[in-house]
Amino acid sequence: MNDTIAAISTSLGIGAISIIRVSGKDSIKIVNKIFKGPNLEKVKTHTINYGYIVENEEIIDEVLVSVMKEPKTYTRENIIEINCHGGIATTNRILNLILKDNVRLAEPGEFTKRAFLNGRIDLTKSEAVMDLIESKTESARKLAINQLQGNTYQLIKLFRNKLKNLISSIEVNIDYPEYYDIEVITIEKIKKEVKKMKQELANIIEKSKNSKIIKTGIDTLIIGRPNVGKSSILNKLLGEEKAIVTDIAGTTRDLVEGQITLNNIALNIIDTAGIRKTDNKVEKIGVEKSLSLIEKADLVIVVLNGNELLSDEDKQILEKIEKKTTIIDINKNDLPQKINLNQLETYSHNIVSTNTNQLEGIDSLKNKIIEMFNLEKINIKDYNFLTNVRQITLAQNAYKKLGDVQKGIESNFPIDMIEIDLRACFDLLGEIIGETYSDEIIDNLFKNFCVGK
Amino acid sequence: MDYEVIVVGGGHAGCEAALATARLGHKTLLITGNINNIADMPCNPSIGGPAKGIVVREIDALGGEMGKNADKAAIQVKMLNTKKGPAVQALRAQEDKNIYPKEMLKTLQQTKNLEIKEALVEHLMLENNKIKGIILENNQKIESKIVILTTGTYLKGTILIGSTKTPGGPHGERHSKFLSDDLKKIGFNILRLKTGTPPRIDKNSIDYEKTKVETGDCKELTFSFDNKAYYNYQEQTPCHLIYTNEKTHQIIKDHLKESSMYGGYVEGIGPRYCPSIEDKVVRFSDKERHQLFLEPESNQIDDKTYGNTIYIQGFSTSMPQKIQEEMVHSLKSLEEAKILKYAYAIEYDAIDSKQLKQSLETKLVEGLFTAGQINGTSGYEEAAGQGLIAGINASLKLKGKPPLILKRNESYIGVLIDDLVTKGIKDPYRLLTSRAEYRLLLRHDNADLRLRKYGYEVGLINEAKYKQFKTKVENINELTQKLKTTKITPKKEVNEYLIKQKSSPLKDGISLYDLLKRPEINIENIKYFININYNIEVIEQVEINAKYEGYINKALKEAQKMLDLENKLIPEDIDYNNIPNIASEAKQKLSEIKPTTIAQALRISGVNPADISILMVYLKKRGQHE
Repeated sequence: MNDTIAAISTSLGIGAISIIRVSGKDSIKIVNKIFKGPNLEKVKTHTINYGYIVENEEIIDEVLVSVMKEPKTYTRENIIEINCHGGIATTNRILNLILKDNVRLAEPGEFTKRAFLNGRIDLTKSEAVMDLIESKTESARKLAINQLQGNTYQLIKLFRNKLKNLISSIEVNIDYPEYYDIEVITIEKIKKEVKKMKQELANIIEKSKNSKIIKTGIDTLIIGRPNVGKSSILNKLLGEEKAIVTDIAGTTRDLVEGQITLNNIALNIIDTAGIRKTDNKVEKIGVEKSLSLIEKADLVIVVLNGNELLSDEDKQILEKIEKKTTIIDINKNDLPQKINLNQLETYSHNIVSTNTNQLEGIDSLKNKIIEMFNLEKINIKDYNFLTNVRQITLAQNAYKKLGDVQKGIESNFPIDMIEIDLRACFDLLGEIIGETYSDEIIDNLFKNFCVGK
Repeated sequence: MDYEVIVVGGGHAGCEAALATARLGHKTLLITGNINNIADMPCNPSIGGPAKGIVVREIDALGGEMGKNADKAAIQVKMLNTKKGPAVQALRAQEDKNIYPKEMLKTLQQTKNLEIKEALVEHLMLENNKIKGIILENNQKIESKIVILTTGTYLKGTILIGSTKTPGGPHGERHSKFLSDDLKKIGFNILRLKTGTPPRIDKNSIDYEKTKVETGDCKELTFSFDNKAYYNYQEQTPCHLIYTNEKTHQIIKDHLKESSMYGGYVEGIGPRYCPSIEDKVVRFSDKERHQLFLEPESNQIDDKTYGNTIYIQGFSTSMPQKIQEEMVHSLKSLEEAKILKYAYAIEYDAIDSKQLKQSLETKLVEGLFTAGQINGTSGYEEAAGQGLIAGINASLKLKGKPPLILKRNESYIGVLIDDLVTKGIKDPYRLLTSRAEYRLLLRHDNADLRLRKYGYEVGLINEAKYKQFKTKVENINELTQKLKTTKITPKKEVNEYLIKQKSSPLKDGISLYDLLKRPEINIENIKYFININYNIEVIEQVEINAKYEGYINKALKEAQKMLDLENKLIPEDIDYNNIPNIASEAKQKLSEIKPTTIAQALRISGVNPADISILMVYLKKRGQHE
């Protein structure tokens, strides 16, 4: 809670300049490490400094860096704001560079939360903000459980279990030193295991970085006949959520209406509004185009009007998306509901009910998307890997810890010191899959070893 | 008011508690069922070991008695884990079970303000949820401002051997029948726990030829920072190592249902880390043998209970006596052994430790403290540590001062109490080094550096000892500075010396402190360059700090994160039901445990960071409204 956080605080892809904000005790120190220009640790507070962001001597971007030292800042912590000029890909690269150095990606609303907790904002101003934070945290809490499922989950879990056994073997030798029949875990064995794990983890990270979701996001198509509220849903989605991270290079930009980030997952929203509204000749092309879009999309959201009976047109649309990953969104749930629900089940099990008039009207849709995404129901080819920046950052830190283990072994440190980094790695992997149970090692120790008087 | 403090129970917790309050100037009464059982060691004849040995050092640093008393009764001493790092090294001593209690009793009797009374306590006197004193079995009422319960296994204690159940204590003493009912009526949740011990055999009936001798270290070692050894390291009493075999395992399997445990006679929950031999054979059926240590209980052959007995460590059982005979005689070297005391399991009542404050005062009754097995722990050291803290906090309460709460990054005792209060227990709790997340900071060697100041502040460490301690601290700083400021350069002579020590030659100048960080260089090598005239304890600290600086700094950084949250207090009157959005499981746990700081709240299982986030926002809002 007192760590340093960072995020891109402007909407991605909209303006020419993007701003990365970093807040926390170490923010100035960390950014200074990758900044070529005046020494940021020595410049006066509240100054703008011209220079370059560099990675291993390579210049990544020409930037302006604002340095604001505590306490007179938004969060009352040290704040750095980097004005980047190089577009989305560069901005992301800079953010990733910062995140490598023990900085965590900020949760939505976290800067404001800190501002509040540190006494920067008074109650009247922050009441609405707090409601937002509370509801965000609430959904984050629910989702933390379903963070990751399927193959990735299994992979990390397997990996973590190996570590658990290794740590338990070290622990049992420490707490029961005179049990001569228990195999004494040797440095050689740890060395071998760690080398293997490091390789595997590097693999996961590399593949995750290249995975479509991380790179380009989920192509999401919103379809439905006119006046069912498609555009309102789109606007509400775009209006509320600020893009945080993703690299959208490679997506078909002319169709992408906008991009939002849900739970660190990027959604490229493709709107088909307008296509069906043209005259007959063009409509044909429109339908074809629409069909090809359906073909390409990772996720299709069909919007229906809950206030009306299911029309033939609705059914036609539903039939076309039968084989796709679909959410049926029954909109206008603030009006009397007339739609024949029982007919919908045959098309998709993912049915949500929304309206665009209330603050939380489309939360059910957002949550459904996140849920489906995490449950791997979205059919994307290389999905078997870590799927958001938070997870990748954690995995990168875990990888770094394994490197520390190797360094410790090379320097001949005793086994119980080396274990400190093994355990840190174990904890980080636990964070990825949402398992952090404090007595896990002890339980495992007594399960696997026969010790005790 | 008859007394300021009444301590109920004369075990390891009770002794420390009573000594602490009496030494701090409070008129104290220690009530025990049998004066001869004061500080008795009913289970293994040793003190210390990983984590536990460090607790004993901590007790000594704070001004408690266990370390000094254990030094007086030691008959074999060993430093464990010497091949590992300094953080996990720990002292373990075989103790003379005759001398240990005798010496402790002597100390108690010589302590001003302390009276000892033989009696059984059956009831507590309360008034408006405040303790007023106790009522004895004969209905005598004794008033006091504070009562500390250290009842060990005596709350409805029952001995089990096979299918026989006998109410009472390990030596046939009577137990307290009604006290736990009283506690239940007040609102305590009562748990039933179980533990067990192995058979004791006649030391003259063992064929020692068939065993492997286990000896102590070839130097004098002590728990206490007084550094006074009472034993001769050249004449230590050895232990002997033997193993179970297929025949032993077969006997156990054949008669499994006759044991109290597997026969279903036990209600209590036994400790995982202390399985009976039945458990070991059943749960680890692939193991061909289990090791057993033959540990002498006393060298005082006149002692009727312990004078001739050998404790078979690793062989605890609840089999009927006849089967125990068969089992023992199946062991190599014990074919002719004579059993002097049969193994038994013991069941007893304990309270739910989540109903305690960090000070060890109960949440339900003001002025009532508990320590030791009644709180669900097992082990002499765990009991003594709690007893000392309960005693200190009873005194601080009487003086109107805030309690002494040791943090997880400064002591194992702190880890122990925080675990009890925050997580609660399911089976009897034993300290393990792996329970301490900052164990690199909690070392055998630095217990005084961590805790002596607290001992001095509360008044258990006198001026002379504190001055001695402060000199040590100054010397450590001095030597560190000296090494940091003395630089050596890559002169020919220097590099030749380093090459001779299998250390790489210098290219640039380097401080001696940095040189000491090299794994192959020790303080003796440093003496080649400068004169070092400090005692071994000072040198040891500097060497550890230099060599493990990187890891120590990591641990310190982690600890600091926790401390920042430890400083965020949660008001006592908070109602978690008023906080929207906290998960219901978290709500229930928070309401039950009533954590006093955000850090403690975060350690509760079932409370996750999102809940904490919401809680912090709520507290802040509340603060602004007020």
